[in-house]
Amino acid sequence: MGEQLFSAEGRSQSNSAPETTPFARPPAQQRMYNYLEFEKPVADLEGKILELKTLSEGGEAVDVAEEIARLEKRSSDALRDIYRQLQPWQKAQVARHPDRPHCLDYVGRLFTDFTPLAGDRLYGEDNAIIGGFARFRGEPVAILGQEKGADTKSRLKHNFGMARPEGYRKAVRIMELADRFGVRLVTLVDTAGAYPGIGAEERGQAEAIARSTSVSLGLKVPAVSVIIGEGGSGGAIAIATANKVYMLEHAIYSVISPEGAASILWRDPTRARDAATSMKITAKDLLEMKVIDGIIPEPLGGAHRGAEAAIDAAGDQIAAAFAELAAQNVDCREHRREKFLAIGRGL
Amino acid sequence: MNWITNYVRPKINSMLGRRDMPENLWIKCPETGEMVFHKDLEENQWVIPASGHHMRISGKDRLRFFFDEGRYELLENPKVAIDPLKFRDEKRYTDRLRDARTKTGMEDAILNAVGTIDGLEVMATVQDFAFMGGSLGLAAGEAIVHGFETALKRRLPLVLFAASGGARMQEGILSLMQLPRTTVGVDRLKEAGLPYFVVLTNPTTGGVTASYAMLGDVHIAEPGALIGFAGPRVIEQTIREKLPEGFQRAEYLMEHGMVDMVVPRTELKSTIARLMKILLNTPLPLTIEAQTETPETQAEEAESHQPA
Repeated sequence: MGEQLFSAEGRSQSNSAPETTPFARPPAQQRMYNYLEFEKPVADLEGKILELKTLSEGGEAVDVAEEIARLEKRSSDALRDIYRQLQPWQKAQVARHPDRPHCLDYVGRLFTDFTPLAGDRLYGEDNAIIGGFARFRGEPVAILGQEKGADTKSRLKHNFGMARPEGYRKAVRIMELADRFGVRLVTLVDTAGAYPGIGAEERGQAEAIARSTSVSLGLKVPAVSVIIGEGGSGGAIAIATANKVYMLEHAIYSVISPEGAASILWRDPTRARDAATSMKITAKDLLEMKVIDGIIPEPLGGAHRGAEAAIDAAGDQIAAAFAELAAQNVDCREHRREKFLAIGRGL
Repeated sequence: MNWITNYVRPKINSMLGRRDMPENLWIKCPETGEMVFHKDLEENQWVIPASGHHMRISGKDRLRFFFDEGRYELLENPKVAIDPLKFRDEKRYTDRLRDARTKTGMEDAILNAVGTIDGLEVMATVQDFAFMGGSLGLAAGEAIVHGFETALKRRLPLVLFAASGGARMQEGILSLMQLPRTTVGVDRLKEAGLPYFVVLTNPTTGGVTASYAMLGDVHIAEPGALIGFAGPRVIEQTIREKLPEGFQRAEYLMEHGMVDMVVPRTELKSTIARLMKILLNTPLPLTIEAQTETPETQAEEAESHQPA
């Protein structure tokens, strides 16, 4: 039962669900997007558009422009219809989309002077967690976030965003440093969960997560968290206890992955769709339960179709949150502790 | 039932054809297969006398054995929202809750009690594995927070007996939120200068270890207890390797620096009381030997024993 709190997102599991696995897809240059299963109508239309465009470049047809415009409208209508009513399980797939902007994309676009720091000073460096200091709209900030990687090589380097104890201990180091210098903290959460391995257990994965949660709850400086993709279990909460917590529109946040819940509760991992629905993992659900403070809108068709717009929207929300906290002039530690104690009361 | 059931081996009993005897009077040791009479087992705090195997123990029994003379004040736990997600898997969550309540006679997985251990007043928070695997949801989380807050108010040290499979999945994200919530409780107690001891019992896994169960000032584990974040099965599936012998067991965790000591259940109370009294600098009680050492008390005693 130990796996209950843990997103069992091992490589073995994602291989058994082909429509979500990022590894079986052809290279990006062979196609416009990595289409998800439910995006098939859009994929068909965009395929036709591409065909017509190639044809017209060959100089054969004359009035294809009109046909292309008509198809483009149909395609964007289809996309709007699909994304307007995404089901929780579909959101999980969007949240894990291989083309979705990851932590380093946000860091690159939102911050200047980013200076990454490495190591926990106890055992090693963990590239699953990015940490360091930078400027955000001119002001100093500390940054923490899980990076999943964008291709096979970087995914391996960042261990698919699944941190080991060293990652959480590095996070503690950076948070304490930020607190000493009065530097505000931004965290970008995107992980299937903490890494389940022998070494991770031996070196105290649980203790490292607990300590990181405790230190983050006790910070005197303001902190803002954004769940940008997957908020998976204890591995996410370790850096997600901020004064203000936001989710991207199609991000998910849960106590266990839908696959993990399905295999435990239904004893059948293929029931992930049902588990995703029952567990209430979407931004809208979490806002209703007052677990998060707000939802950051994504461009039509998800953040992977408009990374810059999604990242900029997140940046604006982070700035607004810091401004709000500054205006309230609260004791950030007490504010944070009381905020979390209040969750679930009065439901 | 008569005296003979205390002395006759179960095989012989069955040959005698006694049909009125409930099956659970004799309990089999999972390690050696030895049959132990339930009264003997209970007297030994559910530890098999010969093998030292620690059986699961109910929350109520835990409190009874822990506190002086088995006496304690049970706190009322706060009321919380029931089934906030309206969850249903193969069964309705509300039905599962009802069954667990009937089976255990508890409202949820946590008991908070105040009493004395070797004369020292402490708060004990006990997690009962029998209630849905000791899983952590709103009710359990709120009860734990309440335990910490009460200990803080009454300025009591807190001993937490952890036993849990992890999160109460039927409460989804609200279950995950109990990690930071209970952590706030731990941190405030520590900041107030009060000791917080954790006793890790079999099993303590999942999110429970990633919060209050691994944040103690002192970590004590019961022998053989399974303690870990990720379950052994998940790890095996992920890395596709066989796990080392004794992996995630109490003794293994001590070797790896995660627990301070492995202490048999029967010695928990004296060990905890001794160490807590040192930390709190509780004055030692005047023993007879201590009294006789000082000449004045000797004289007083001599006087008082003089016949009038």
